[in-house]
Amino acid sequence: MIHFVVHDEGDGVGVVVVEGIKTGQTLVGWIMDQDKEIKVEAKNDIPIGHKVSLRDYKPGDTVIKYGVDIGKEIAPISVGAHAHVHNIKTKRW
Amino acid sequence: MAIDLKKATFWGYKRENGRIGVRNHVIILPVDDLSNAACEAVAHNIKGVMAIPHPYGRLQFGADLDLHFKTLIGTGSNPNVAAVVVIGIEDGWAKKIADGIAATGKPVSYFGIEMHGDHDTIMRASKVAKEYVQWASELRREERPLKDLWVSTKCGESDTTSGCGANPTVGNAFDKLYPHKVTMVFGETTELTGGEHLVAARCVNDDVRKKFQFMFDRYQAIIDKHKTSDLSDSQPTKGNIAGGLTTIEEKALGNIQKIGKKCMVDGVLDKAEEPTGPGLWFMDSSSAAAEMVTLCAASGYTVHFFPTGQGNVVGNPILPVIKICANPRTVRTMSEHIDVDVSGLLRKEMTPDQAGDALLECMFRTANGRLTAAEALGQRQFVLTRLYESA
Repeated sequence: MIHFVVHDEGDGVGVVVVEGIKTGQTLVGWIMDQDKEIKVEAKNDIPIGHKVSLRDYKPGDTVIKYGVDIGKEIAPISVGAHAHVHNIKTKRW
Repeated sequence: MAIDLKKATFWGYKRENGRIGVRNHVIILPVDDLSNAACEAVAHNIKGVMAIPHPYGRLQFGADLDLHFKTLIGTGSNPNVAAVVVIGIEDGWAKKIADGIAATGKPVSYFGIEMHGDHDTIMRASKVAKEYVQWASELRREERPLKDLWVSTKCGESDTTSGCGANPTVGNAFDKLYPHKVTMVFGETTELTGGEHLVAARCVNDDVRKKFQFMFDRYQAIIDKHKTSDLSDSQPTKGNIAGGLTTIEEKALGNIQKIGKKCMVDGVLDKAEEPTGPGLWFMDSSSAAAEMVTLCAASGYTVHFFPTGQGNVVGNPILPVIKICANPRTVRTMSEHIDVDVSGLLRKEMTPDQAGDALLECMFRTANGRLTAAEALGQRQFVLTRLYESA
């Protein structure tokens, strides 16, 4: 069963595609462009559509998704944590 | 089973100017807010015609007024419309819009309310509307080649599943339609922010690239002029954020999936401007769903692909809007709004090619007359884009 998808293997975040992900759960991810599988342990409950971090990040780091810059970290994140507006901000506007 | 697009045809209405429509609407079109009640009364009297009320048309000036006329004339001129009755508070602007629509050769009449009042205007307009709808009801569809179809796209209430499921499905379909000389369009200028370099790279030549960059920079200047924050409650929207999208860059990269991997951007259109040939066009536009879809209809597009994540319910009075969704929760909780369920993509139960083919199959069925979910549910948002304050 696929719990999250990743666009490209260089991406630092994956997208949860099932409902009810709980802290401590082992998640199976599908890297779409390279058709590979990865596993990560969820550090938070993560709603469907929200992102799971695949890297350890510190504030100021750039987040990559689709192989492209999607913004900057504003709070530390560890692998398996919920990555969203509380720890990522736009670099534009 | 994949459709052989080389031989594919659809059944449409051939209009006087040679364009092909997939709907046969007779519309009652107000010039201004003051004429809405009369238009709605005509549509109440005469069954099978449709009033398209809106809140604008008074004291507009300059480029904003030009866009108002262009959008109303474009709506009436769209080949999904068989005939038009225009009603304005006075004759002058009603005639201007009717004359613009008459250039297509289709039946159009106009009425002014001043010197008559609502009762007399409604009576006179109803008599014409009845003739038009009876005439239109005898028009027949004919078999037409795929290239006669004009397809627009815009997504809404996107979430992260849009970028990995529904939008790439549109991209797959666009890549398949592109070699067959279909006329296509995408837009949503601010919603390319963070991925504008990817669109620029797809422009067919430097001239198109320069025009695209001009439109993009022009819209960024509007944001910079008026913003009071980083737009983190507006773009992405609250719904986008609830769905897991975090930044405008992330939203833009998902959005751009709609233009596929192979299509080139062949030209650039201003708002409500009609394209002059086949291929993929970029139209400068708002990213608000109803505004953009209204502009697509005014530019002459006849079928619309609308991917959604969280479940935008938008439709349009004259342009059939096909909803595509990959979010399994939305497909479950809002099933009546979804025409093409591609949630199997995210479970690896469906390939991108199968998803694209499912959308194309729905496109042909819709073009041939099947009502979309939005049409059946009466979703008819008609939202005119305003450029600035009225005088």
